Amino acid sequence: MTQSVADRAWSRYSPRQRWIRFASMAAVALAVFWSVATIDIIWPWVWDAPVQIADLLSRMVPPDFSSIHAIVWALIETVNIATIATVLAVVVSLPVAYISAQNTTPNKATLWLGRFILVSSRSVNTLIWALLFVAIFGPGVVAGIVAIMFRSVGFLGKLIGEAIEEIDRKPVEALEATGASHAKVILYAIVPQVVPAFFAVSVLRWDINLRESTVLGLVGAGGIGVILQGAIDTLDWRTVATVLIAIVVLVIMGEAISAWLRKKVI
Amino acid sequence: MSDSAVHRAWRKPPFIRNPIVRWVMLVACVGYAVWALYTLPFDWDRVAQGMERAARIFSGAFPPNFSRSELLIDGFLESLKIAIVSTLLGVLLSVPIAFMAARNIAAKPVYLLGRGLIIFARSFHPVIVAILFVKAVGFGPVAGILTLTLYSIGFVAKMLAERIEEIDMGQLEALRSTGTGHLAMLQYAVLPQIMPRQIGLAMYQLDSNLRASAVVGIVGAGGIGSTLMNAFGRYDYDFALAITIVIIAAILVSEAVSGRIRRNIW
Amino acid sequence: MLKISNLVKRYGNGEPVLRDLNLEVPDESVVSIIGASGAGKSTLLRCINRLVEPTSGSIELNGVELTGLRHNDLRHARRHIGMIFQGFNLVDRLTVMENVQCGRLGYIPYWRAALRRYPAEDIDRAFHLMERVGIAHYADKRADELSGGERQRVGVVRALMQEPEILLADEPTASLDPVSSRQIMELLQNLAAEFKLPVLINIHNVNEAKEFTQRIVGMRFGRLIFDGTPADLDEQAMGEVYSGTQSEEQGEGKTPSQPVVS
Repeated sequence: MTQSVADRAWSRYSPRQRWIRFASMAAVALAVFWSVATIDIIWPWVWDAPVQIADLLSRMVPPDFSSIHAIVWALIETVNIATIATVLAVVVSLPVAYISAQNTTPNKATLWLGRFILVSSRSVNTLIWALLFVAIFGPGVVAGIVAIMFRSVGFLGKLIGEAIEEIDRKPVEALEATGASHAKVILYAIVPQVVPAFFAVSVLRWDINLRESTVLGLVGAGGIGVILQGAIDTLDWRTVATVLIAIVVLVIMGEAISAWLRKKVI
Repeated sequence: MSDSAVHRAWRKPPFIRNPIVRWVMLVACVGYAVWALYTLPFDWDRVAQGMERAARIFSGAFPPNFSRSELLIDGFLESLKIAIVSTLLGVLLSVPIAFMAARNIAAKPVYLLGRGLIIFARSFHPVIVAILFVKAVGFGPVAGILTLTLYSIGFVAKMLAERIEEIDMGQLEALRSTGTGHLAMLQYAVLPQIMPRQIGLAMYQLDSNLRASAVVGIVGAGGIGSTLMNAFGRYDYDFALAITIVIIAAILVSEAVSGRIRRNIW
Repeated sequence: MLKISNLVKRYGNGEPVLRDLNLEVPDESVVSIIGASGAGKSTLLRCINRLVEPTSGSIELNGVELTGLRHNDLRHARRHIGMIFQGFNLVDRLTVMENVQCGRLGYIPYWRAALRRYPAEDIDRAFHLMERVGIAHYADKRADELSGGERQRVGVVRALMQEPEILLADEPTASLDPVSSRQIMELLQNLAAEFKLPVLINIHNVNEAKEFTQRIVGMRFGRLIFDGTPADLDEQAMGEVYSGTQSEEQGEGKTPSQPVVS
């Protein structure tokens, strides 16, 4: 029963593999085709886009630094919004993390409550939260702080909760064996193990919040975005350029500080 | 054992050993908090009305109003289309940029150019990019697609470049020793090593583009975000809540789907 | 004095891990428990301080029945039962002093624990005990900076801080090198005499058991099948305790023919 050389055809994929590859490629192609064909696009605008963008950019040079004083103050306000909101969110997220970690939550009901808080906080974007709070508290920094806080609680709570779930069980067992109460076991066996993750996650979120708070102003919730929106509305493109430069500087500084903090503390 | 009688007190060693640094840090933190809260322009009178307004908004929002489902579905489908097209564009464009930005493959000037493009694409919040594109190419999905394409490039190219830097150069060497050409080498030695990561990144990016497309719509770049903004602007809070619920549901579904696909590929 | 009678433990609906076990440990005696892995040694110790819930039977410590206790009563009973673990089970990121004071957590109010304001007599006691075992100069070090033998000493001091009426040691030397391992065994032997404590030691190393304890209990498949002095534990008794198990596990227990490096 020897096979002739001619029969030993080689192919890269087995028929089943080939079929799956073909089907997924077809699905992707179909999805793209459907999107492009039905999307509500005015094609002349698309062909015109490079020219328009180039035009916009040309109107931005040279940047206008005349309102730099106001811009710097707005930057400081942005930093303050991000920092205060992060601190508040950290405080609120601790109990949320506690009830949404499987090994510390008091009972099933609190577990689901915690998960509900995490999911609803995480799946609503900061800007949508900001819309809501601008409607409630009026335009200004309060709406911005509360919006960032609401979004951050989910992020922090989820990651800190996961850190709680990943702790080493052995010290917990040892402290239970000494007759320590539940609250003291948490204090001595769980808290010290979670502290590093807690710092890392808080610093990470502060960095993200710094970026997020640059756009809060676009819906009226304070910070540098207010100036950006004003300049765009008045077609003052040279000031827009200055604001954009300022934002880049802010973001880079935030990244540098958070990287330094992470290295320093952990 | 006799000298141990003096050990009647014990203090936990402070977190920061140097007492001067410790006190300066403490004073700086407290000082910053006071100063930040003092300088932020809080409009407490307006905030005080918050409860009342919140009550009005929430009573207006319940029950959520799905009666204009046509508008809702259109907006959602537009978001989906924007996400699909911009993911495809972003993933395709990120491949050459990632190769440019991989230290082990690209020449130094090309590498710097590639890194520069990635940093540029990452430095602005997509909402800021969106508002600029809206000004340049007008309201609607085109601005959204351009924004999210740039957003995708920033993330996918960065991650892919990191993957390319980690590839096994031995495989390249083996092919080079057989006299393989440059393009064939890319296809046989480099692409097989990075393809799974690229598909995983595409799935991840589709998920995050869907989230982001809900937000960039708020500044006029099309999709369900624009629908939400309109509903909010007209004080249709019940419709706005319906839209928010749809956004949350879509995000949860897309997170689950993309997570499952990535697990199967990686 | 510890009195265990008719103790049964089964997990779920499986085979019992402890079958109708009876054991009496008078005050001031060090008892080694030997047996192959899975014989139920660890479960037995954990039943005593109820880290594992016994299925049936009774455990009496100095006249107090432990099996029925709940909540506060259980915590109060546990305060008097010191335990030493194979993996030390210290809180790595806390200082040695904090780890040692963990033994007092059942006694002090919450605010003292939270602010680390331990009562002066507890600190005094901690320094005395730490000096006794030779780790007092490490008080401000973090627990994860210490070597294995030193970490186990912290574990021992933590247990002694509880002012225990009994010490349970679950493989206290299994994670240690031979030298530290002998030191810890010696320490346990001496402390038992000093504090007039009954000590129960689960141990794999039969030579150490013979050398440092006056009474050896052999377990197999959840039953006590040997109870006697080191001299009684001859080849035949060893065979019974470890029979039906892989020779490598016996090797871990070091049969008498193999000299112990120390």
